[in-house]
Amino acid sequence: MSVFNQSRQTVVRVIILAVFVVLIARLFVLQLLSPQFKLQAMDNAVDRKIIYPDRGLIFDRNGKSILENTVTHDLMIVPTQLKGIDTLGLCNILDIDTTEFRKRLVTSIVKNGRYRPSVFEGALSIEKFVKLQENIYRFEPGFYLQDRPIRSYPFKVAEHVLGYIGEVDSNILKRTNYFYQLGDYMGLTGLERSYENILMGQRGVQYRIKDNKNRLVGSYENGAYDTAAIAGRNLRTYMDIDVQVLAEKFLANKLGAIVAIDPKTGGIIAMASGPTYDPNLLTGSLRKLNFSYLLTDTAKPLYNRAIKGQYPPGSTIKPTQALIALDEGVITPQYGIGCNGTYYGCRRPINCTEKWSGHATNLRMAIAHSCNSYFSQIYRLAVDNRKFKNVDEGYAKWKEYMNSFGLGVRLGVDIPSEDKGLIVDTSFYNKLYNSSWNSCTNVFLGIGQGEMQATPLQMANMMCIIANKGYYYTPHFVEKIDGQGEADTVLNRYKVKHSVTHIPDTIYNLVQLGMQDVIEAGTGRVAKIDGITMAGKTGTAENYGIINGKREKLQDHSWFVCFAPRDNPKIAVAIIVENAGFGATWAGPMARMVIEKYLNDSLSAKSKLDSARIAEKEIILPIVKAKRMRLDSLRRVRLAREMGDSSNTDLPEAPPAPKLKRATETPIKKDSVPAKPKPDTTKAIALLTKHEDEEES
Amino acid sequence: MRKNPEISKGVDSLLVILYLILATIGVMSIFAATHRNEDIVSGFLSFKTDYSKQLLFFGISIILGIFILLTDSKFFTATANLFYFAGILLLLLVFPFHTEIKGTKSIIRFSSFQLQPAELCKIFVNLALAKYLSRTETDFTKLKSQLIATAIVMVPAILSILQSETGLALVYFSFFLVMYREGLPSIVLIVGFSLAVLVIATLLIEPNVLAIILTVLAGLTIYFMRKQIKRDRSILIGIAAIWVICVGVQRFAVPFFFNNVLKPYQVQRIYATVGRDFPVDPKTMTEEDIKKIEEKKKATSYNVKQSKIAIGSGGFIGKGLLKGTQTRYDFVPEQRTDFIFCTIGEGFGFVGSTILLLLYLLLIFRITVVAERQRSTFSRCYAYGVAVVLFFHVAINIGMTVGLVPVIGIPLPFLSYGGTALITFTVLLFILIRLDADRQMVLR
Repeated sequence: MSVFNQSRQTVVRVIILAVFVVLIARLFVLQLLSPQFKLQAMDNAVDRKIIYPDRGLIFDRNGKSILENTVTHDLMIVPTQLKGIDTLGLCNILDIDTTEFRKRLVTSIVKNGRYRPSVFEGALSIEKFVKLQENIYRFEPGFYLQDRPIRSYPFKVAEHVLGYIGEVDSNILKRTNYFYQLGDYMGLTGLERSYENILMGQRGVQYRIKDNKNRLVGSYENGAYDTAAIAGRNLRTYMDIDVQVLAEKFLANKLGAIVAIDPKTGGIIAMASGPTYDPNLLTGSLRKLNFSYLLTDTAKPLYNRAIKGQYPPGSTIKPTQALIALDEGVITPQYGIGCNGTYYGCRRPINCTEKWSGHATNLRMAIAHSCNSYFSQIYRLAVDNRKFKNVDEGYAKWKEYMNSFGLGVRLGVDIPSEDKGLIVDTSFYNKLYNSSWNSCTNVFLGIGQGEMQATPLQMANMMCIIANKGYYYTPHFVEKIDGQGEADTVLNRYKVKHSVTHIPDTIYNLVQLGMQDVIEAGTGRVAKIDGITMAGKTGTAENYGIINGKREKLQDHSWFVCFAPRDNPKIAVAIIVENAGFGATWAGPMARMVIEKYLNDSLSAKSKLDSARIAEKEIILPIVKAKRMRLDSLRRVRLAREMGDSSNTDLPEAPPAPKLKRATETPIKKDSVPAKPKPDTTKAIALLTKHEDEEES
Repeated sequence: MRKNPEISKGVDSLLVILYLILATIGVMSIFAATHRNEDIVSGFLSFKTDYSKQLLFFGISIILGIFILLTDSKFFTATANLFYFAGILLLLLVFPFHTEIKGTKSIIRFSSFQLQPAELCKIFVNLALAKYLSRTETDFTKLKSQLIATAIVMVPAILSILQSETGLALVYFSFFLVMYREGLPSIVLIVGFSLAVLVIATLLIEPNVLAIILTVLAGLTIYFMRKQIKRDRSILIGIAAIWVICVGVQRFAVPFFFNNVLKPYQVQRIYATVGRDFPVDPKTMTEEDIKKIEEKKKATSYNVKQSKIAIGSGGFIGKGLLKGTQTRYDFVPEQRTDFIFCTIGEGFGFVGSTILLLLYLLLIFRITVVAERQRSTFSRCYAYGVAVVLFFHVAINIGMTVGLVPVIGIPLPFLSYGGTALITFTVLLFILIRLDADRQMVLR
C-alpha cells in the first residue's frame, strides 16, 4: 500500500512549499514594499515635540523696544496622576468650587486624554501664581506649573501697526501646507503678520519615545535627530514711539487717523488709528474675550483707519491738481482767475470759502486760500486739454496722474490689508451718464469731493511727493532686520524711488510756498510752529451717512496734511478726524504737536496745554455713541446673567473702562479686520449704522 | 530490544539541531519582547520574568526529550490507544473541572499548575491515528476505515470546539493530509478545498450575485461538455447536482452555520479576515452580542494592525534586537505568545523572518524525508502527523500576524511563550526522533 501511494509525498510537500512561498511573498510585500508601516511605527512610538524659539523683538528708530516677549504661567494637569491630592486646597487657591474643578477635569480629559497634560488654568494672575508656586509640591505630579511666552507691548500703543499673534486655524494650516500645527501661534495682523517668517525664527524638534499609553519613556536615538530652535530676528523700524504715544493719546476717543512719514526714506514715523485700544488686551488668556468685545464695538477700534479708512480728501487734494495742470502744461504758475466766491463755469454754481476778489490771482494765492473756483477750473482745463481727442482720454490721463501720486492704488505698505481708496474709471461715468458727460459732470473731483476717496496713508504719501519735489519711496515701517543678509529681499522694494512728475523744482517751490502761506497766513495758521517753516493744507470733507434709512449730511471730516521743514523736509503728516468740522480746528493742532514732538523732541508749554485739551475732547457722533452705550449695557446685563448662572466667578480685573468683558467666547474668524467697505462716498458712517441695524435685528 | 541503549544511536541530529535553534530563538524573542529595564543576568536567573520561565520550560523539555529517547519505541505503539482514550477522558473532565482563563474553557488547574488537555491531545491523536492506519487488518481503501480514521481525529476536535478552542480544533483537520498520504482519495481533498473556496466566495460576494455566477458557470460547463453529455446523460445530472449543492451551501448551509454554530465574534473574525464588516442582524442578535462583536472587532483589528505595523516597519534587515519600538513599547498585544513572530519581523526584518520561515520549512521537509525512510507504517504515519501539525501551526500563526488568516489563537511551535505548548511540541518531535532511531524495526 505504501508503494502505491509513494507519489503522494510530493503532493504533500508541494502544498507545504506553496504555503511557505505565499507567506514569504506576503512578508516581502509588508516589509519591503510598504513604507507606510515605518511611518506608522514612528507615529506610534515617537513623539515629535516642537521647541518654539523666542519671537523676534521690534524696536523703534531710537532703539526702544516696542514689542517684546514676557512669560505667563499656566497650571497644567495630568489626569492619570491625580491621586490623593488636596482638591479643596487647590480650589481655594484658584478660587473655584469643586463642581468647577470637576468640570475642568472632564474638559481636559475630553480634550487631551488622561495621559497627556492639558491646561487647567491659563495665564495665572500674579497672586495665584505666587500662592501656587509655594504650594505646588502638595499637588504634584498631577498638577504642575508651566511657563508660556506671550507678547507684550511695553508702551501699550501701535496696536494697528504691530498687530498681534493668535492660534492658527484650519485655513492657515491648509494654506501653509501644514507648516504650522494646530495650537501654533502666528502673526495674524500688522508687522507680526508681514514679517512672520523673520520674527518666528526656526522651530526646533525634539523626538521622544512614547509607549502604547502615550507616556513618554525617553529620548529617541539619544537625540540624534533633534534640532535646536533658532530665535527669531529683531526688526528695526522707523517709528518714533514718543510720537506714536502722542498720536494715540489724541485719537483715544476720536474716530480718525494720524500718519507721519519721513519723506526722504518713506519710513513711517507714526501711524495711529482712533479709537485706540491697549494691544496687551489681545495677549494672554483673555484674548478671546477682549477680542470679541473689540470686534463688536460700534466705533470699530480693530479697524486700522490709517490704511483702511477711505475718506473724501476735500481740499487737501488741491496741490496735486495744481501739479497735474502744471505737468500737462495747461497752466503756468502765473495763471489766475477772478473769483468772487462762486464758480459759474458749470451749470451748478460751486461756492468758495473766500469771497474777496483777487484771492486766486495766481497759483500760490489760490493754494493759500484754497479757492474752489480756481481748482474746479484747472481740473477742467487738465481734463479738457486739447491734446486729447475727448474728455474720456483727458480723464484717463488725469486718472493716470492720480494713480502715480499713489491715489486709487495700493501703495504696498508693509502691513497687511491696505485699501486702495477710490479713483473711478471712465467706464464708471460712461455707464452712469450713458456716455454723455463732460468735465462739468465730475468737476467736484478738482476739489476732492465726488467719486474720490483716499486713505490717510495715501495723503501722507502725497505730502512726501510734494516735499520731495516729485518722487516718493513706498511707505514702510521696517528699516532693517537684525542680521540682514543677501537672502532677505523683503525690504528691497522699499529702496525703489518712484518718480511722479516732470515739473522743475522751481515750480514745485511755488506750490510749496502756496502751502507755506496756508500755515503762515491762510487756513492753517493754528499749525504754525515758531522756528520751523512748514507747508500744509487743510481740508474739510463733506460726507453723508445713512441714518435710519435716510441719507443725511453729517458733520464734516477734519483733514490736515503738511510737511516740515519746508526747505529740508523731515516729516510729512496726514491727519483726519472724522466728523470734527473745520480742518484747522482739530487736525491742525494735532499735526503741529506731532511735528514739534518729532523735530524738537518736546512740546512747548502752549502745545502741552493744547495736547491735554485735545486728548480730553471726545469726538464721536452722538448716534454712534448712543449705539455704543446701548450695546455696552446689553453686554453688562448678559454678563451679569451669565455670571449668576455659572459658578465661574474667576474673571480677572476688567480692562480699561468702558471695555467690558463678555463671558461668552465668540469664535474668532481668521479675517479679524471688519469687512472691506464698498467704495461709496458715504461709506464711513453708513457702514457703522448698517452694522448696528444688523445687530438689532 | 537492545541492552545498554546508547542515546545518540540512530538519532537524526539535524532534527535535534533545528529544534534547539528554534527553541533558542523562542527564548530570545520572548526576551526581546518582554525585557524592560531589569538586569539581564538576574532577569534570566530569577525565573520570574517571562523569558526566564521560558528558559526553564526549555530545560524541562530537553530533560523530557532525553527521557523519550531513552524509552523503548515499542512503548508508543503499545500504549497509543490507551493514551488516546486517556486524552479523551481528560478532555471530558475539562467540562466539569475547567477554570475559565481569558475566555477559554479548556484549562484544568491544580494549584499553580495548568493543564490544557486539548493541546496534549495532538500527540495522542497522532499516535492513535498512526496505530489505526498501521494495523494489518485496516484496509484504508475502504470507506469504513476512512470513516473510523476521521472519527479518531474529529472526536477531540469537536470537544475542543465545545471548549471554545476553535484554533486547536482546526489543527486536527491537518491530519487529513496524513490520511491523504496513506491513500485517502484525492477527491476528498479537492472537494474540501472547493468547499473552502465556496465559503470564502460566500463571504465576499452578494448571495444573489454568487448564485448567478454559479448558474452561469454550470451553464458554461454544460455548453463545453455538450458532446460528452450527448454520449452520457448522467454527466448532466452530475453537473446539476453539483450546482444544487453549491447554491445550497452558499444560500443555506453557510448562513445556518454562521448563525447557529459559530459564536458571533468568531463570525466577525472570519469576516474581518476577508476585509468585510460583519453584517449585524439586530433581529437574531441580542444587544449584548452586538456589543461583544463591536468590542472584539476593535480589539482584533487593533491587534492585526499593530502586528502588521511591527512586521512592516522591520524593513529589509530590521531594527535590531531590543530596538523595535512596536514590540518594546507594548503596541502589539499578546506579543510573547501568539504574536511572537512580530518580534522577529520587527527586530530582524525580511531577512530574519525569511530565515526563520526557511528553518521551519527545513524542519518540516526533513520530517517528511524521515517519514518516507520508515519501514513501518506506524512510524511513517506518525512522522507525517508531526509534519502537518507543525506546518499547520506555522502557516496559521504567521498568516495571522501578517493579516492573511483570521486571528486564531494558536502558538508558533517552539517560539511562543507557554510551557504546555513547548512541552507538547517537544514530546511530539522527540517521539518521532525515537521512532526514527529504531527505523530498522518493524513496529505494529
